[in-house]
Amino acid sequence: MNIYDIVFYLFAAITLASAFVVVTARNIIYSAFSLLFTFFGIAGLYVLLGADFIAVVQLMVYVGGILVLILFGVMLTNKITSVQIKTGTLQVIPAILGTALMAGVLIKIFTGTNWHSQMAQYPTKTTAYALGHILLTDYVLIFELLGILLLIALIGAATIARKEEKAS
Amino acid sequence: MNLIPIEYYLILSAFMFAVGVTGVLIRKNAIVVFMCIELMLNSGNLALVAFSSYMGSSAGQIFVFFVMTVAAAEAAVGLAIIIAIFRNKLTVNIDEINIFKW
Amino acid sequence: MLTEFGKIFIFLLLAIFFVIVAVLFSKFIRPARPTKEKLLTYECGENPEGSPWIKFNIRFYVVALIFLIFDVEVVLLFPWALSYKEFGLPGFLVGAIFLIVLGLGMAYEWRKGDLEWARPVIQPPVLKKQTYSKDGILVSEEKAKESSAVLQDQV
Repeated sequence: MNIYDIVFYLFAAITLASAFVVVTARNIIYSAFSLLFTFFGIAGLYVLLGADFIAVVQLMVYVGGILVLILFGVMLTNKITSVQIKTGTLQVIPAILGTALMAGVLIKIFTGTNWHSQMAQYPTKTTAYALGHILLTDYVLIFELLGILLLIALIGAATIARKEEKAS
Repeated sequence: MNLIPIEYYLILSAFMFAVGVTGVLIRKNAIVVFMCIELMLNSGNLALVAFSSYMGSSAGQIFVFFVMTVAAAEAAVGLAIIIAIFRNKLTVNIDEINIFKW
Repeated sequence: MLTEFGKIFIFLLLAIFFVIVAVLFSKFIRPARPTKEKLLTYECGENPEGSPWIKFNIRFYVVALIFLIFDVEVVLLFPWALSYKEFGLPGFLVGAIFLIVLGLGMAYEWRKGDLEWARPVIQPPVLKKQTYSKDGILVSEEKAKESSAVLQDQV
């Protein structure tokens, strides 16, 4: 068991445990903060996989952006009497049975396939150059479309949030 | 040098996806459902990065970029919709949001 | 062999170890005599009023939303900025169009006033109009508005 195995199991344990907490915690704040650890563990796994730029982007976008937005969502949607911040569950047993079946099928497929399971050379310099090259050659149209998508999301979300604000 | 088989990453990804699906199915609060959707997107990202890394091609990481951008747009618009619903109905419990029910 | 991220990982482990040791050590040696006053939420020495889970202003959400969108934009521009020189002018134009599209969004938000924070308007205190008779006795006091310095949150 070398150092890479230990790091992998550590980050996998962090990720899975905090993902469980996200689903099972009664308090939404606990869910949101354990989502932070999930994102962090995933970033560690990205580093282990040699995708350093993606790992930094994961921290920037998910932890720095989406999680903050989710926390604002939590803060904006609880009643002032504060009891509402805890939530319940429904139909736990059928849901767990169904998803366990799905996970079983997925794992059977993953373990049964003969993967080309030899990792290429661990990159010695950052992958951002290669990403930029691909982004400007093969996926240049998608790059522009992402700009338009972000524009639409910005205008749409701001409009929805603002309109309701005036109505109240 | 990295001797972890790719199956380990994929199994981890499958478990995370299953946890996310369970959360979407059982939780009542719309924001927790939202977080579970983010979990599922993350597990998909993990599988993509694992494939990309074991194939020696960067295309998978570009897809992760696209997924992240879409996730950000989805988070912005989705949370705005949730907040708008909360303004109108004073609840984010998805059992009580039934204005489409006929 | 230690990669750069390996160093970061060791740093991280050291940080976690340090925090755990510090917290546990201080937990063992400190006296713990909680009283009701000590456990209250600290609110500048006053007794706390109401729940701390107040609802935020929606302005915060709009600002966070704009931040998130431009955060993602910057992240997408990083790989472009590293490699646009290979492609000359077309490579530059790709990023320029992207920036112009996002700039349109910025202009929209600016025009609609989402970037402007609604500042509280402090009304000057209304002085009461007092009339005195010749020998200095207060005759009448015109009623002014009770709340002279209202913080008007113009949202």
